[in-house]
Amino acid sequence: MIQIEDLKFQYPRAEFTLRLPQLVIESGQRVAIVGPSGCGKTTLLNLISGITLPRVGTVTVCGEEVSAMSDASRRNFRIAKIGMVFQQFELVEYLDVLSNILLPFSINSTLSKSSEVRCRAIEFAEAMGLKEKLARRPAQLSQGEQQRVAICRALITEPGVVLADEPTGNLDPENKRRILDLIFQLAEKQNQTLIVVTHDMGILSGFDRVIDFEEMRFSNTDKESSDAAHGAVGEQI
Amino acid sequence: MKGPLWLAWRYVLFHKAKSLILVACIVLTTILPVAVKLLVWQFDQKIVARAASTPSVVGAKGSSLDLVLSALYFKQGVIEPVAYAEVERAYGDGLATAIPLHCMFTAMDYPVVGTSLEYFDYRELELGGGTLFVSLGDCVVGHKVAEMLSVNVGDQIISDRANVLDLAGQSPLKLNVVGVLEASRTPDDWAVFVDLKTAWVIQGLGHGHQDLNKESPDSPVLMASESGRIIANRGVVSYIEITDDNADSFHFHGDTDEFPVTAILVSASGFKEETILQGRYDSSDSEVQFVRPEIVVRDLMTIVFQVNRFFNANAILIGGSTAMLLVLVVLLSLRLRKREMETMFRLGCSRGTIVWLQVGEMGIIFGLAMVFVLLGSTWVWMISGDIVEGLLVNSR
Repeated sequence: MIQIEDLKFQYPRAEFTLRLPQLVIESGQRVAIVGPSGCGKTTLLNLISGITLPRVGTVTVCGEEVSAMSDASRRNFRIAKIGMVFQQFELVEYLDVLSNILLPFSINSTLSKSSEVRCRAIEFAEAMGLKEKLARRPAQLSQGEQQRVAICRALITEPGVVLADEPTGNLDPENKRRILDLIFQLAEKQNQTLIVVTHDMGILSGFDRVIDFEEMRFSNTDKESSDAAHGAVGEQI
Repeated sequence: MKGPLWLAWRYVLFHKAKSLILVACIVLTTILPVAVKLLVWQFDQKIVARAASTPSVVGAKGSSLDLVLSALYFKQGVIEPVAYAEVERAYGDGLATAIPLHCMFTAMDYPVVGTSLEYFDYRELELGGGTLFVSLGDCVVGHKVAEMLSVNVGDQIISDRANVLDLAGQSPLKLNVVGVLEASRTPDDWAVFVDLKTAWVIQGLGHGHQDLNKESPDSPVLMASESGRIIANRGVVSYIEITDDNADSFHFHGDTDEFPVTAILVSASGFKEETILQGRYDSSDSEVQFVRPEIVVRDLMTIVFQVNRFFNANAILIGGSTAMLLVLVVLLSLRLRKREMETMFRLGCSRGTIVWLQVGEMGIIFGLAMVFVLLGSTWVWMISGDIVEGLLVNSR
């Protein structure tokens, strides 16, 4: 479960402030976050994953208060409990597919790369239709394939929460549908909470909840009417 | 550290060209001064060792360095010869032993050194086969000469004409190889040793020809014959090879005391005797000089080391600029990899691990470079002896 209480966040030297009085996302829920650019969707993902810290308020993920953790604890928490998928895939160009999937195990010493993990990576790749391409490098893959590798990388640590920032933003319609189905399938199989930031209104039907940030942005930027607006958004949420 | 190092290794492998260029930059910048250092050190060792094993040299006044190079490395044509009488003078009243050296000619492009048998004991040269020269026309070849010319005991080599265009000049002489020296890794390996008299024959100061006394008065080679004095024309057959049959016909015209020697190796029986000898030669009216090769060579090395200091400064400057370029490359690489680092951080990688990733990459590059530097330096070290020897021999 993800629980956000009285959250307030502002980037240094920026006018925009993100305020969230309360947001609760149950385990296993599939949540889409929509809204115009710059309204704080990615910031929310960063707050949930502990990449950034709120000025005020608490963020609790899987029973652990992320906002109260030390830097090292947040890193370890992030790599173990959070899976991340990015719009630009962000694969490491000099690693092959298998090594990219296993990347979290190479960059954090708290995870150990056992043979079991290796087998799991190959299973994921197989499920994603990448079994024959394990030795290839990202540049040798299509965009759809690259995103599938990124999804495998996000899920390899069996995280409780998967955060996807525009995962279909760079894909053609056919791949878009396929990738979303794969994410849903795998998340459901492992009972993972899935939060997807998207601009694409056409894919919202597959989600359990949709959080529209457009109204929140309005309320967040207007301090005078924030309480009322939060209430309204909260209801909507 | 295993993970970041592994990632760094994968990065280095993926960017082969970039990595190789960086490695090459470091290797070239490092190995050049290292190689020069090794060569200078080897040069110093060799030249000083040779000089130290030669207590003193007597020769014509002039450049003491030329005299030392003539006596130690058989350098030709750089110093005027002195009369053989100087050898006797050095022996003089038993103050020292004197070994004459006469090196004015070559045989098959290798210097012919006319000397006495004492030279081989003096230099502690061992025979690899055959004997030392015993007759006129015999020669003992150095190890390298034998190797390069593929000659052995029983073979013959021919002395070179001093001037190939002077057809009327002294004819080449066939030398009989009677001995081959063991390798000594000194200039002696690259020389052909003959008896001093053989050297004078090569120079044309002595010769052998058909016996004119046996010729009939109307022989075409005789121009005149009166009261035991025979005058012959150029038709007389001069021998270009000394054999048992014609050895007796070889003779010298003139006083051998006036015959030339290039230098005299002098080994005084003690410090006192050496000082007395030096006193004799240092007098202003003397036409010869007495030098201690070690002092001359150390003076030369002082100059070499001074020049080397400029080279060192140059190497430091080049090293500094290469280091700055490497830093620039690393900074640009960091900029190019910013997104990759950011992704790793977002996934849960610590800043420290990211730093280790960079340090690992540079460590691998430097490690590889150092391996090549080590291999290169070992190779240079192994061949430096030959290079220096070649330099010294080729300077003749």
